[in-house]
Amino acid sequence: MKARYIRNFEALSEAESDLLKTQKICIVGCGGLGGYILEQFLRLGVESITVIDGDCFEESNLNRQLLSTENVIGNFKALTAKERAQEVNSQIKVHAVNVFLTEENARELLKGHDIVMDAVDNIAARRIMGKTCEELGIPLMYGAIQGWYAQISLILPGSSLLDILYQKEMKLTSKSSLSFTPAVCASFQVAEAVKYLCGRECPLKERVLYVDMLSMEAVMVKF
Amino acid sequence: MIEVRLFATLRQGRGKIFSLDAANYKCGKDILKEFQIPEEEVAIFLINGFHSKPEDPVKDGDVIALFPPVGGG
Repeated sequence: MKARYIRNFEALSEAESDLLKTQKICIVGCGGLGGYILEQFLRLGVESITVIDGDCFEESNLNRQLLSTENVIGNFKALTAKERAQEVNSQIKVHAVNVFLTEENARELLKGHDIVMDAVDNIAARRIMGKTCEELGIPLMYGAIQGWYAQISLILPGSSLLDILYQKEMKLTSKSSLSFTPAVCASFQVAEAVKYLCGRECPLKERVLYVDMLSMEAVMVKF
Repeated sequence: MIEVRLFATLRQGRGKIFSLDAANYKCGKDILKEFQIPEEEVAIFLINGFHSKPEDPVKDGDVIALFPPVGGG
């Protein structure tokens, strides 16, 4: 095992680390959640990551998006993500895709991955991602945030969880998010994804973990 | 009595845990009406820990938990 991963050892077995190397991760969205998800995978030993986002950084991203700095305002998020990846771990092959996920391109962009990490900021994109993951038989590591709150679930093909959580008439009324909220949500998502990819038990399979950082409560809801 | 637990933003201006007289409520919609919570502002509606719908009946001893939608990233 290389020195850079030596502290991963014990928490992960050598066999699990070897397995992680071979897994192909797709991160849809390079904003609040996506930045933290990428950062954590870069240090776990995964060697192939696709990052998808057609957006550019703007000033209002600076309060919570790890990849955003004053120097990258106006730059494409996916390209900035790739640059960060190269700085942290040059051995990782990062495929940056500079477009938004749409019904037309989703199948082509998501196919071939072992897991899709949900880091989008709207219901429409989440529905497209969920539908495409279902068609392709790929697990979706769901995460969503608002203000002080986060919810996380591992959605496997055959699940109707997204349809339950986001009914047709539902609209999101707030875009508020604090600096720590995406960090917490992303950490739960990556921790659960690592277990899935290593073949371990996944407590968030068909369950939603609802985290309230205002009252410091966490509730697990079974579906 | 019916216990109602509100979560996250649904607590704002309302509170956290309430006990209601079961005789006054037939289904989840009646509970939402009591708290003036529109249906589209509830993403997860639990009766005794099980995913349910606002039109499902409620009875004495039930514990209702309501969660708002969370969808940003």
